[in-house]
Amino acid sequence: MNRDTPVWLRLGSLVFGLLFLVLPLPTPFDTLRPHLLALALIYWALESPGRGGMALAWVVGLLADVVAGTLLGEQALRMAVLVFLVQRFRAQLRFFPLWQQSAAVGLLLLNDLALMTSIRLIAGAGLPGWGQALAPLVGLAMWPWWFLLLDALRLRHRERAGGR
Amino acid sequence: MIHSGSPAPKLSEAAAGTLPLLACITLSAVLMVADHRGDLSPKLRGAISTAVEPIWRFAALPAALWRWADTALSRQQVLAEETVELRRELQLRDAQLARLEAVARENQRLRALLGGKADFRLAVQMAGIVDVDLDPWRQRVRLDRGSAEGVEVGQAVIDAGGMLGQVVQVSEHGATALLLTDASHSVPVQVVRTGLRLVAVGTGKSDSLRVPNIPQSADIREGDLLVTSGIGGRFPAGFAVGTVRAVGADDTRLFLVADVTPAAQLDRGLEVLLVMRGDIDVEIGPPIPPGYVDPAPAAEAGPGEAAAPPPTAAEPAE
Repeated sequence: MNRDTPVWLRLGSLVFGLLFLVLPLPTPFDTLRPHLLALALIYWALESPGRGGMALAWVVGLLADVVAGTLLGEQALRMAVLVFLVQRFRAQLRFFPLWQQSAAVGLLLLNDLALMTSIRLIAGAGLPGWGQALAPLVGLAMWPWWFLLLDALRLRHRERAGGR
Repeated sequence: MIHSGSPAPKLSEAAAGTLPLLACITLSAVLMVADHRGDLSPKLRGAISTAVEPIWRFAALPAALWRWADTALSRQQVLAEETVELRRELQLRDAQLARLEAVARENQRLRALLGGKADFRLAVQMAGIVDVDLDPWRQRVRLDRGSAEGVEVGQAVIDAGGMLGQVVQVSEHGATALLLTDASHSVPVQVVRTGLRLVAVGTGKSDSLRVPNIPQSADIREGDLLVTSGIGGRFPAGFAVGTVRAVGADDTRLFLVADVTPAAQLDRGLEVLLVMRGDIDVEIGPPIPPGYVDPAPAAEAGPGEAAAPPPTAAEPAE
């Protein structure tokens, strides 16, 4: 399985996800920012399961904490839980049609939102604004495109590698 | 949906997933608590910050490119007009500055007459705001100067309008500043008109501050200008914080609460000034508290001034 997933694509999508956390966007979109890092982690947990998936998610989440300036450990926890759930239900999720998969991703992100909100409430920050509350819907709408994009990139690499 | 219809995984498989998860949760919880209490994180965060610095720089690139293209491609006529406009403004400012200098000189002379400490010098350092969107829950900005350029945690950040916030975390070539309007930030202030001392706290919205727990008898009204009082020694005294927009009774009806419009341009502008920390000049701003012992010998004015405090103390006594 690892042979099929190029390292640069894996790393690239994660770095892009980190970058996208803080990329300045015009005003209506900056609160509706899709959490591409979470989507990338979901994708890689689905497509190439490995032993270190959760540890990787935790480390990347920690980096995300520093990049976005959140409480150190918050995103690390969220990403680890996300990857854990995906790994747990991988057998079902993987063979869902795309729309059903999007719905599942929406649910995963809803869980993520609940986790984030509870962490922040415990830490003494307020309730999320409407932009953050819509994050699961944004992720749900974003998932098919993200999935198809990463799949296409991965398949193209595999074809090229096979041709050689 | 997630819970229904999934066959129970084998025990070993479940354990293989659950144990790392538990480890992750524990580790995260420890980190979060430590970070929230502020125990270990400055160093740890600083170290990781240096590692992720390229990401911030890279994220700011598109906006920088856009600005560059905007300048490079805008028409010459527009630029010429802008230059004329700026030159006119500069002249105006120069004139104002000249007047200010005269006032400063007069002030210095008067201080010399009174025998007080004369110097009120403001050493500042310019820093750019790295154009990235940090966590929307908190009011923070990323600056492009760090410990290598002499930035320290606790430095006050100002702009042309007034107080902007303070530096809370520093890495090698960058720093994070907490804005006045963050919900966890508060700053000691003073009403210019009456000398009343208060504390302004952030609301989490970039266009308003709150001043809670004002005694009913306090003299504060709409339009009052608030400046930093310098109490606590964190912020230098005398920087504009904001103007009072509205005053009303709070929920308990025992105290007043004021809404304040910040003086600084919190959500605009790309350059800020970092105030270098020197000795904070205690002669400027509020009177010295009675228990204060100045390390310098010139502290005789202290108790005398403290005998005539502004009308109301900061603690709501009602």
